[in-house]
Amino acid sequence: MTETIRIGCGAGFSSDRLGPAVDLAQRGALEYLVFECIGERTMAFGHRDRMLDATRGYNPQLGARMRAVLAHCRANGTRIITNMGVANPRAAAALTVSIARELGLNGLKVACVEGDDVGALVGPDTAFMDHPGAVKDVGLRMVGANVYLGIEALLPALEAGADVVVAGRIADPSLFLAPLAHRFGWAADDWTALGRGTLAGHLMECGMQITGGYFADPGFKDVPRLADCGFPIAEVGFDGGFVITKLDDTGGCVTPATVKEQLLYEVHDPASYLTPDVTADFSRVAVEPIGPDRVRVTGASGRARPEMLKVTVGFDGGFLGESGISYAGPNAQARAELAADVVRQRLTRRNGFGGDLRVDLIGLNSLHATARAAGARSDDIRLRVAVRSAQRDDVDFMLWEVESLLCCGPAGGGGYRGQVTPCVVTHSTLIARDLVKPTFEMFVA
Amino acid sequence: MSPPRRIHDIAHARAGDKGNTSNISVWAYDPSDYPLLKRQLTAARVKRAFPGLFTGKVTRYEVDHLHGLNFVLLDALEGGVNTSLNLDSHGKSFSYLILGLPIEE
Repeated sequence: MTETIRIGCGAGFSSDRLGPAVDLAQRGALEYLVFECIGERTMAFGHRDRMLDATRGYNPQLGARMRAVLAHCRANGTRIITNMGVANPRAAAALTVSIARELGLNGLKVACVEGDDVGALVGPDTAFMDHPGAVKDVGLRMVGANVYLGIEALLPALEAGADVVVAGRIADPSLFLAPLAHRFGWAADDWTALGRGTLAGHLMECGMQITGGYFADPGFKDVPRLADCGFPIAEVGFDGGFVITKLDDTGGCVTPATVKEQLLYEVHDPASYLTPDVTADFSRVAVEPIGPDRVRVTGASGRARPEMLKVTVGFDGGFLGESGISYAGPNAQARAELAADVVRQRLTRRNGFGGDLRVDLIGLNSLHATARAAGARSDDIRLRVAVRSAQRDDVDFMLWEVESLLCCGPAGGGGYRGQVTPCVVTHSTLIARDLVKPTFEMFVA
Repeated sequence: MSPPRRIHDIAHARAGDKGNTSNISVWAYDPSDYPLLKRQLTAARVKRAFPGLFTGKVTRYEVDHLHGLNFVLLDALEGGVNTSLNLDSHGKSFSYLILGLPIEE
């Protein structure tokens, strides 16, 4: 069998670009277009948004994306699979249906996949896999728990003819593996094929991270036309071997180096990449350039899937406050360091301040401040103060203190900004596979 | 005398996060530099270089045929993306901590 399936990635994270996705929908000649939009951070945002407004909690760009691609996809026979439902797949599916109707796409079939919400199965004594203790030890209110679903959750919707599948927490590679298993009829225990398809999904799931995005390092790793980078396409064969490429006339590049960086992105043991579908083995993968922006990837394999599934448990984490003020010119570093000292003193003296505090000198040492001492001195520095607390007052007080430096701090400080963000903290646990019951419901526009 | 070479001169890298665990893959540009990279970047050196940040166990996986190393760093993300107060709460920039290490020749 020589048939190949063309799958595109229209988003590799929640805030990914829209234009390149429309480009793929228009002229990608795709059978499937996948939008992968959940990470640990954005899953937490989904819960936060749903907490604030029960009709929200899905990807904020869902509407814009669907409005831009639905008509093209229908015209070209491209089916859409996405996890943009995040913490509220039902609301996301309803919005998709209403947009389809607005666009006159009558009869479009939108499947809503649920079952990832396992809040009812997580109790006070549920122990974490990545953190000491159990749910009851966190001391915060649980706001949601989502299990990573695999292709079993998506296949019934594809078999029922969905044009668009909207889900929540699906394991990222499974969004791509599901259409392959569906079309090629791979058995649920064909570990080699599932391992190979999982590799295709893993390489595709971060969008431009394989077509030159997140790669450029001028003079060392140069990427042509980065501003116009295209999203990736996988051409997958029946045996699970595949080629990664992108559309002509887009920026970026697909090379063995871009493929290798993504190969181990968020992978621990390359021989044991666990998903709900398979224990994939990427340790003997070969990458071979076979043309301009075309890399053939072979050699993945797999073993039996894990019996336990990973669950992300979210808790109401109170508030994150971040604020800053800048110092530049002669002696800027000494002035910024004095400002940092003033803020620390005043926060420490306040009775009952219970939050975590971090003070950075951006331009001198910030991202790496906990790893190493600062290098050269700097004459353009931004003081950054960050606080996390369950008490909104703590966070507001910190912002006020930093803003007060405008008149009360060292000389020449300017450019105060501050923001407070409600936040959700997350931990992971495991749950037995047989407790998880994914379902789907079809809606027709 | 020229400044000492850094890992950045011979390799590229990408960092990813899962919970409070970071992984950083490091790839030799030129296969002939891979043995040097492998000698320079031991798990012990990576942990020793940044004891204040990489507080947990460091494991190194080797993908010899692709000339790459994968470091898995437990408890390395100051709590993880939803807990850390680091501006870069994913620890994405930690790849360049490793690339900034000098080549000890």
